[in-house]
Amino acid sequence: MRKSTLSLAAISALAAPGVALAQEAAAPAAVPTDSVFILNSLLFLIGGFLVFWMAAGFAMLEAGLVRSKNVTMQLTKNVALFSLAAIFYYLIGYNLMYPLGTWSIDGVLSGVWGPGVLEAVGITAEQADDYSYASTGSDFFFQLMFCATTASIVSGTLAERIKLWPFLIFTIVLTAVIYPLQASWKWGGGFLDEMGFLDFAGSTVVHSVGGWAALTGALILGPRLGKYKGDKTIPMPGSNLALATLGTFILWLGWFGFNGGSQLAMGSVGDVADVSRIFANTNAAAAGGAVAALLLTQLLFKKPDLTMVLNGALAGLVSITAEPLTPSLGMSTLIGAVGGVIVVFVVPMLDKMKIDDVVGAIPVHLVAGIWGTLAVVLTNPDASLITQLTGIVVVALFVVIASAVVWLILRAVTGIRVDEEDEINGLDMAELGMEAYPEFSPS
Amino acid sequence: MKMIIATIKPFKLEEVREALTSIGVSGLMVTEIKGFGAQAGHTEIYRGAEYEVNFVPKVRLDLVVPSSLADQVVDTITQTARTGKIGDGKIFVLDVAQAVRVRTGETNHDAL
Repeated sequence: MRKSTLSLAAISALAAPGVALAQEAAAPAAVPTDSVFILNSLLFLIGGFLVFWMAAGFAMLEAGLVRSKNVTMQLTKNVALFSLAAIFYYLIGYNLMYPLGTWSIDGVLSGVWGPGVLEAVGITAEQADDYSYASTGSDFFFQLMFCATTASIVSGTLAERIKLWPFLIFTIVLTAVIYPLQASWKWGGGFLDEMGFLDFAGSTVVHSVGGWAALTGALILGPRLGKYKGDKTIPMPGSNLALATLGTFILWLGWFGFNGGSQLAMGSVGDVADVSRIFANTNAAAAGGAVAALLLTQLLFKKPDLTMVLNGALAGLVSITAEPLTPSLGMSTLIGAVGGVIVVFVVPMLDKMKIDDVVGAIPVHLVAGIWGTLAVVLTNPDASLITQLTGIVVVALFVVIASAVVWLILRAVTGIRVDEEDEINGLDMAELGMEAYPEFSPS
Repeated sequence: MKMIIATIKPFKLEEVREALTSIGVSGLMVTEIKGFGAQAGHTEIYRGAEYEVNFVPKVRLDLVVPSSLADQVVDTITQTARTGKIGDGKIFVLDVAQAVRVRTGETNHDAL
């Protein structure tokens, strides 16, 4: 649900102010008042900086799961991709994603081009772009963070062997065009939204998009040197599990903003109660995913695997993201638990297929994202399996094809992989000339 | 002069150091190493992939002492570093041709 739909409901409420509150059949949106505008904006601002904090989570998780010789590079990629996302979402992405009814191809391609523009300094209620909704700045800020999150997903999978600048060029295309365009089909009020496809906070729109881009990249880039020898998979343990765990908890915290903020309103009793449900359900799903992975790794591998438990919690979070409002706490836990199970099976499966995903982003974001999108039908009567599947497939086709085109062009023009010696010595020294742990001798 | 090279289990280092200094050893070099002997490696599993850990962490001691002290050093290390389980380590004794103290230029026994 987005701005365009809410405005219509608000206008009809305004037209008969005395009746609106009593009208059961009217839109559940609160009667527009200063307080509602302020509280909605507040939700976006707080939710927004919580999702921003997920960038720290990704950075720490990835830094902890790569080897010491590649840590500086991974951190550099994370800071750079976030900053580029901020710039290009502002320049192109925001208006591409939210045409607010002005389409050049109806429901498919926005007709609004150019940088996003916020409301002027010191507006009054009459001057607000959408008084029934929230300040444009808070909306832009919140949505920008989702775009940046999508970009972060890709960096983990492709770690330890990709060149910095081609990766960042891909990020620019992802954040300026690929993400906003497919997001406009759902959250911008486009054709997926019109057909009834449901994705509350982005299991498909954010997580599977990042996942597909990552998978496509992994296939075109190839696995790390020495990762697969014949049928054997050679483990390359991460350098710092304390950072990986910290990163996971940071992501978990940020997710309350990610899912909670996606209620898009907090100015009524119903809305704030809904946001409360969302926080609680989100947490339950993470817990379910972590415990499922804990139990399963104990059973299958005779010992729990912390990195899989961390992935499990995140997969739980992704699983609930498509519908964090309607399930009960118990159901949320189970939906998250399935995410945890997915991780434990998909990680070795990818290795068997010789697809090298350094941090497990593909099971966590892509596969759990698909599961989460389908799981909506379990608790939301407005969802239909066919519609959910259609949304999943449409986004999949678009992102895979668009990503593949960009990766292949980059591979042909600049090359995307560092050369062998650089990969062996580590990207930190080869590409950056800067070690993350210079006092320790190189491994 | 004799050089004694010993590998011991890392947690035994403090005990061995204390015992050696109490019998008159005035200097010691310590390195962290990996090694294997009778104590073979084991199998671990990381994200579903099994791998062999062939080496075990050990501590290596290098010390040079007057020949008259050598036997006592060997016995001291043996007694303090022993746990009775495999992987306790090994000791080697070598002859030393020359020794020099960098600060003063003293040689051989005066350098120890």
